Amino acid sequence: MYRYDEYDQSIVDARVEEFRDQVERRLSGALTEDQFKPLRLMNGLYLQLHAYMLRVAVPYGTLDSRQMRMLGHIARKYDRGYGHFTTRQNIQYNWIKLADAPDILAELATVQMHAIQTSGNCIRNISSDQFAGAAADEVADPRPWAELLRQWSTFHPEFTYLPRKFKIAVIAADEDRAAMRLHDIGIQLLERDGVLGAKIFVGGGMGRTPMIAHEVKDFITADHLMSYLEACLRVYNRYGRRDNIYKARIKILLHEIGVDAYRDQVEAEFAAIRDLGIDPPLAELARITAMFAGPDFASDAPDSVDRSDPDFAVWLDQNVAAHKQPGHAIVTISLKPIGGIPGDASADQIDLMADLAERYGHDELRVTHAQNIVLPHVRKADLYAIWTALRDARLAEANLDLISDIIACPGLDYCSLANARSIPLAQKIGERFAGRQRELGELKLKISGCINACGHHHAGHIGILGVDKKGTENYQLLLGGSGAEDVSLGKITGPGFDEDGVVDAIERVTDRYVALREADERFLDTYRRVGMQPFKEAIYG
Amino acid sequence: MVDPITVNTNAGETLLRFRDDVVHDEPAVTLDAFLGQTNATAVRLEAGDDARELLPHLGQIALVEISFPTFRDGRGYSAARILREAGFEGELRAAGDVLVDQIPHMRRCGFDSFAPEKPVDAATLTKLLALYPQPYQKAADARVPVWKLRHG
Ligand code: HEM
Ligand code: SF4
Repeated sequence: MYRYDEYDQSIVDARVEEFRDQVERRLSGALTEDQFKPLRLMNGLYLQLHAYMLRVAVPYGTLDSRQMRMLGHIARKYDRGYGHFTTRQNIQYNWIKLADAPDILAELATVQMHAIQTSGNCIRNISSDQFAGAAADEVADPRPWAELLRQWSTFHPEFTYLPRKFKIAVIAADEDRAAMRLHDIGIQLLERDGVLGAKIFVGGGMGRTPMIAHEVKDFITADHLMSYLEACLRVYNRYGRRDNIYKARIKILLHEIGVDAYRDQVEAEFAAIRDLGIDPPLAELARITAMFAGPDFASDAPDSVDRSDPDFAVWLDQNVAAHKQPGHAIVTISLKPIGGIPGDASADQIDLMADLAERYGHDELRVTHAQNIVLPHVRKADLYAIWTALRDARLAEANLDLISDIIACPGLDYCSLANARSIPLAQKIGERFAGRQRELGELKLKISGCINACGHHHAGHIGILGVDKKGTENYQLLLGGSGAEDVSLGKITGPGFDEDGVVDAIERVTDRYVALREADERFLDTYRRVGMQPFKEAIYG
Repeated sequence: MVDPITVNTNAGETLLRFRDDVVHDEPAVTLDAFLGQTNATAVRLEAGDDARELLPHLGQIALVEISFPTFRDGRGYSAARILREAGFEGELRAAGDVLVDQIPHMRRCGFDSFAPEKPVDAATLTKLLALYPQPYQKAADARVPVWKLRHG
């Protein structure tokens, strides 16, 4: 894992001091709310329906147990005893007092954490593959590149007042576990002629006009990555729309001028800046890479697992993935208990996950974009002990990638922009399908409470969008989206439903799927084969 | 220069300057006017103007003023860097809705003069400018990025 040196630490410490001063100026009235807003947003502090919400960055989703415990401590001391893990691998606290925020940041800084650029119209937390460093299918660990990007983007002087927020994801495998092509910039590492480099995709995003990122650069090597990205951002900063907040994302710029024109402008800009010494030397990437070398795995760890406890075997098949190292495995801890709030964890659960990571998992944890937690490096021999501890803490739901592993935004329960509630609907769906979800197989269901799409509904195999219908909450149903390597955007089935109606409609969709499926087709495969019509008929009769 | 010098111009503006040459007092002309009558030595760029159009003429320009219609409009940061990257050494002034918390970033992009619409608090500015010991990136100022400190 990355460890701060004195430079990193001094920058994060300075940020705490700066923010403390800004909060003091706000509380004294020297700053108006309008002037304070972009400053607090740049530090992840939102004003929600009931209180301030603080979003803490978990760079590329990686944490150690000490950092995880700090997240639990903050939940206990400054919030109501829980936190909410988000689709961008961060954590949010929903009940924060403005006056406490500087102290929270100071506590975070003691464990090399911060809330820098977790909101605002700047480059946000860099996200990555939650299996990085453990996956069998990666060409390299993407996180050293993500860390390089974190440093480059932190307080970038030119790109702090962009037209709109800017999200970057880095992956290094063909399987896309990070929804890379739904980011403003998606980076895929690959090897060419023995050299590691990056393919650059630009212009993805969700929101009200979802778009899949276009390939803009076939291959760029590490020694020019930063100058190339500066060129990408500079073209956006200069020409992205600022007249209409709904058209301000980079995806709209690409859509309006076309990918080829955008690429040409970036190349012209790149030619002007590539030799100005913007890029750190390769020694810097090497320094960071060395810190991600990974643990020393026991070479004699036994490969077999005792499956005699049937409940354990179900969890093993659902939530445990192959590790690149024999005798080891990757555990995904579901934060989606049936009837619970997707992504929420109590302070005690956070502490327990930290303990398990420390005891069994080489001290590492990951946050996933599907709002779960991963122990990336555990011995197969320890799986049963881990499962037992998780079960006792209500953390052993065996539903990874099943219909109850729902991504849901905060919705009307917290969010001032919401049209409809997301959380109670997620709970109803979980309860309705708990008994037969395994029979339905992989089925990614995602709920957003409004068109801003925080809950990724466009990318759900089944997506649900909350809309306002003459003052009552109403839900539209979408089918056929995917945020993975087979990325696609869902299509609306037809007229919307009330809360119970949408659950019934999903049941009719899944019944039809079971009737139509061939061999081991997933719902998404069947949908792609047969199209919308049979499902429409099932829903609307 | 670390701390700014406050200057009151003939036009009644208060400038914060990080350079000690004499204030250029020719009024700045618009980009269109400048490109049409090429003997002007001071230009004002609106946020949407293309700074690159000035590049062939940098030798004759003593002052470029870049307008910030609202503090949220970040185009001027790129304009400033483009001019500095092309070797412009004259005065680069940020004018308009410029807030004290933005000045450190603007300094890094190459601005060395500020004409904020509303006065900024000098003590706050001094504190902010000294806050970060070193930056992560190379930009248009002389500050040494962390990676250079690490690797020489
Ligand atoms: C409750 C307070 C929240 C507010 C006011 C809010 C607001 C917004 C808005 C306005 C957008 C649309 C941006 C655009 O299209 O340009 C958006 C997008 C998004 N938000 Fe939120 N959000 C909130 C909470 C969350 C949470 C809790 C998560 C994670 C679980 C989240 C994740 C996202 C994601 C992934 C997007 C889509 C980004 C894209 O368009 O590519 N948001 N949010
Ligand atoms: S999708 Fe809409 S309702 Fe849900 S959190 Fe985002 S802004 Fe709020």
